[in-house]
Amino acid sequence: MSDAALASADGEEDLPRRKETIRRLVQGDLASLRVVIGLALIWAIFQFENDRFLSAQNLTNLMLQITAIGLISVGIVFVLLLGEIDLSVGAVSGLAAAVMAVLSVKHGWSPYLAIAAAIAVGMAIGVLQGSLFSRFVVPSFVVTLAGLLAWQGALLQVLGSTGSINLTDPKITGLANTFYSDTVGWIFAAIVIGGYGAVLFLGHRRRVAAGLDRESLSGLVFRFALVAVVTIVATTVLNSDRGVPLALLILLTFVVGMEYVVKRTGFGRHVFAVGGNAEAARRAGIPVNAIRVAVFGIAGTMAAIGGIMAASRLLAVNQNSGGNELLLLAIAGPVIAGTSLFGGRGSVWTALMGALVIGSISNGMDLLALSSAVKFMVTGGVLLLAVLVDAVARQQRQGSGRV
Amino acid sequence: MSTGAPLLELEGVSKRFGPVQALDRVDFAVHAGEVVGLVGDNGAGKSTLVKTIAGIHAADDGTIRFEGQEVSISKPQDATGLGIATVYQDLALCDNLDVVANLFLGREEVSPGTGTLSRQLDEARMEHQTGELLSNLAVTIPSLRSEVGTLSGGQRQQVAVARSLLGEPKVVLLDEPTAALGVAQTAQVLQLIRRLRERELGVVVISHNLVDVFEVADRIFVLRLGRAAGEFNAEATTEEHVVSAITGVGADGERKKDDPAPGESGLGEEKA
Repeated sequence: MSDAALASADGEEDLPRRKETIRRLVQGDLASLRVVIGLALIWAIFQFENDRFLSAQNLTNLMLQITAIGLISVGIVFVLLLGEIDLSVGAVSGLAAAVMAVLSVKHGWSPYLAIAAAIAVGMAIGVLQGSLFSRFVVPSFVVTLAGLLAWQGALLQVLGSTGSINLTDPKITGLANTFYSDTVGWIFAAIVIGGYGAVLFLGHRRRVAAGLDRESLSGLVFRFALVAVVTIVATTVLNSDRGVPLALLILLTFVVGMEYVVKRTGFGRHVFAVGGNAEAARRAGIPVNAIRVAVFGIAGTMAAIGGIMAASRLLAVNQNSGGNELLLLAIAGPVIAGTSLFGGRGSVWTALMGALVIGSISNGMDLLALSSAVKFMVTGGVLLLAVLVDAVARQQRQGSGRV
Repeated sequence: MSTGAPLLELEGVSKRFGPVQALDRVDFAVHAGEVVGLVGDNGAGKSTLVKTIAGIHAADDGTIRFEGQEVSISKPQDATGLGIATVYQDLALCDNLDVVANLFLGREEVSPGTGTLSRQLDEARMEHQTGELLSNLAVTIPSLRSEVGTLSGGQRQQVAVARSLLGEPKVVLLDEPTAALGVAQTAQVLQLIRRLRERELGVVVISHNLVDVFEVADRIFVLRLGRAAGEFNAEATTEEHVVSAITGVGADGERKKDDPAPGESGLGEEKA
């Protein structure tokens, strides 16, 4: 296309594009904006009630608190994109942590091997559940509910009579308890900002080379500035307390890496396709069952990684590991942040944003010394609200879907 | 228009499902640059014929020739390998994906030079090719990045047809492409079918709607109870003649085949 043609088309295409943006906002594709506003509101309220909430120390604690849930949610996002559910991730995270603890503490394995074994257990469980689900066409809800019970039993079995194992290996406990110096923190920040700039620039150049419409320069600059500001502010805050935690870097690495897999690779595209219309995907030659097995494998793997981080933070694995509300919060997070329960819509960012929202609510209510009763009810209310928003957005999409 | 040897030719093709003779020694042909309307009442064997060509059902008997060569089509991959694309009635699009993603579903373009593990999608190239293909076909869609679920029925149908062309087929089978579409949208889809003809493709259109068939087809092929019941030049015949072939009720002297199951008449009158 020639430049002249592009220029003349620009003015006419402006209006539809603006309409498209509005539509996306309304129908929940830009749910990320919604959740940012929600998060800002939550932070404002808690800060108003207790001015320690936005202190560097508490925000650092918040980051440490959300790591395990966020990592488990990354796997849940894949499952939700298929329109399925995995109720076993909490139990799997506990079991994987227990396997790691037993191998490291009781059998003296090297920390790397113990961690690798724990991750392998999580992956194997996910693949097994995914295979049962796709091979026998049993609802994933039931397969993973059975898994929830079975792996909880396995956790007790692995822990044995003591019921609790304290982690001693510094490599393992260091995962959630390492903080970097200010300089190292700024180096990471520079990598994040530079990397994001490079991705934006290369993407822009490729679209120009292919002669396609491109995002306006102001839009690109805005996105770059937003990421740069958030990174700089976050690094400043974290550095003024204990420093950038390793746990946060692990979480961010998985979020960015898996977002790449979901949005930029053929595998990710096929996950969306199977979640949107499995029959269409099958006719297009996509190996639907293999995709399903892989997705549940990813969920099991991420559950194990989350479990390892949780154990590292607690410095122990016990009978409650992976129990309580961990499972439901890990599922609630992405849904609150805009990943649809109905499949085919969402992103891995919602794992991070959802964990931030849920973590903030929980952290804030702890600061205010509210009772567990109140905490559960508030969290339940937030989840219900998110699901309702998701359902309404879906109805509006269907309403405007076909003329 | 339909000169020379046929692109796709069926001879004496039969298919039986248990006690039902779905196709009975059917001869059928499509030429390059020709639109054939395949009509018939419910259960006449239209879908079976298309599915036989598309490789979903293997024929029990008879021969299929493609570009003069005798071929065997026993699975869908055989048909696509030959260059036969099928657009099914239920579209098989993913509503949650955009136009580009749907067009390239299952055959995504991957950036060159990247490792096998990362295999990044080449969105720019796919979008570029989508834009070219759709503008060649004069298909207008608000944005290539619109989700297919937000498009109108006519636009969705056009996307489905355009998608079948990505594999560079020689024959395109369209199953009820205008069902459930409004007037303007039907016109768009018919226009697209004409453009397929201009590209020298052989096009087979199954339809219940005789008005649409007459609008777009060069030749009309009638099936009745699994048998060929008439073949008409669309310009030289009238709807009445076609209807009588479909129903088996004789209208004035058009060639009326022997009726395998008498007493079933009068079904299709309201279709006219």
